Amino acid sequence: MVNLQNVSKTYPITGGSRVILDDINLKISHGEKIGILGRNGSGKSTLIRVISGAEQPTSGQVDRRMKVSWPLALSGGFQGSLTGLDNLRFICRIYNTSIEDKISYVQDFSELGRYFWEPVKTYSSGMRARLAFALSMVIEFDCFLIDEVVAVGDDRFRARCEEELFIKRKDRAMIIVSHHATYIKKHCDRVCVLLRGQMHHFDSVDAGFEFYKQHSAEQ
Amino acid sequence: MIQKRVIGALILREVLTRYGRHNIGFLWMIIEPMLFTGGITLIYNMRHVQHGALSATQFILTGYSAILIWRNIPNRVMGCLDPNLSLLFHRMVKPLDIFLARIILEASGAGMSFVVLSIIFIAFGAVHFPVDVLMVIGAWVLLVWYSAALSLLVAAWAVQTEIMDRVFHIFQYLMIGFSGTFFLVDWLPSAAQEVVLFLPTVHCNEMLRFGFYGPVEKFHFDLGYVVMFNIVLTLIGLAQVRYISGKVGPE
Repeated sequence: MVNLQNVSKTYPITGGSRVILDDINLKISHGEKIGILGRNGSGKSTLIRVISGAEQPTSGQVDRRMKVSWPLALSGGFQGSLTGLDNLRFICRIYNTSIEDKISYVQDFSELGRYFWEPVKTYSSGMRARLAFALSMVIEFDCFLIDEVVAVGDDRFRARCEEELFIKRKDRAMIIVSHHATYIKKHCDRVCVLLRGQMHHFDSVDAGFEFYKQHSAEQ
Repeated sequence: MIQKRVIGALILREVLTRYGRHNIGFLWMIIEPMLFTGGITLIYNMRHVQHGALSATQFILTGYSAILIWRNIPNRVMGCLDPNLSLLFHRMVKPLDIFLARIILEASGAGMSFVVLSIIFIAFGAVHFPVDVLMVIGAWVLLVWYSAALSLLVAAWAVQTEIMDRVFHIFQYLMIGFSGTFFLVDWLPSAAQEVVLFLPTVHCNEMLRFGFYGPVEKFHFDLGYVVMFNIVLTLIGLAQVRYISGKVGPE
């Protein structure tokens, strides 16, 4: 279970501060799939980062009782001058897991070929996305935080991500940020809409989308 | 324990990033400062300047090995968070770990190069074996401690204001003139002695030379003062790092 209690996050801007998350409460149980909807800049990624612990809330509590992933985004956490293999080693070291038995899986999934031993800065964005995704599958998390990552890439990549996440790891909890209605509808049990920093909960995905559409024209 | 693992992984990563796997790789960490101190020693020897009871080689070996600690560590730690912000995606990686990894790496490079260079100079008879090895180690540890504490403080300040990047390098450069690299405290007028003895680097330099060469000159240093200075600086530095840790996040 992950529990967010009265979580707020403000960022300083020139001449004041801006409230991104305003008194958010959210409880994620084991195996639950939650979709997060919101316009660009509504604070979805900030919410994901606060849940992951990459950022601290300005006020409120985040209680993590299960192993929460880092935010699965496109390029997060790569050192460009290191090779794909070096990046794998680094991730395994900080998450305290063995390295050797993970290498073949990452090579296979990322389809990097000889680029696995080349610096990440020479990779195409597709190669980076595949490596990033493969690395996050290497650590056994109970709750995955997915920030639009699966929406990129070609059909084959999307299909393989779906298999890894929603078939092989269907028992895990997931929080998914996406603008793709069909994707959220297909995979999520319930949705939350971020509007002006506040969170609106909907038990039915359709009701959440209806609300999101109604308000998405508002500022 | 988690922090130990994280810092270890960060150090390995940093070594690979900076020196790569090609040619002599991480050995540059030791060789680079050695070449620096060695080159300066050569220049000073060509000028045939005697520094009191100490030869040019004796003077520079201690003075420049010290500079490489108190100047390089803070200078290289100061801006190291910004290019590494994406590491904060991983919850167990904290800004303090990134700073400490860099401090440990820089200190070990400078330390090993000091040892190797000393051995070479001793082998060639340019200096004799340290009179008091413990005193040398003590001075070195105090200097690293001071540099580490200063690093934390300026690294945390650099996150908050860009001005740090402009003024700190100037401050550090000017400090070369005041830190006892080129003088012994005893040679100064007593008013000036009182002023420079506010600097822990001056105490460390004197202590290092006393330990290495023995009482060939009158050396001025106060162990208690440096320890107190370092404790206060460390506490302020840690508090500042803690303050920024709640504010920074990955890009």
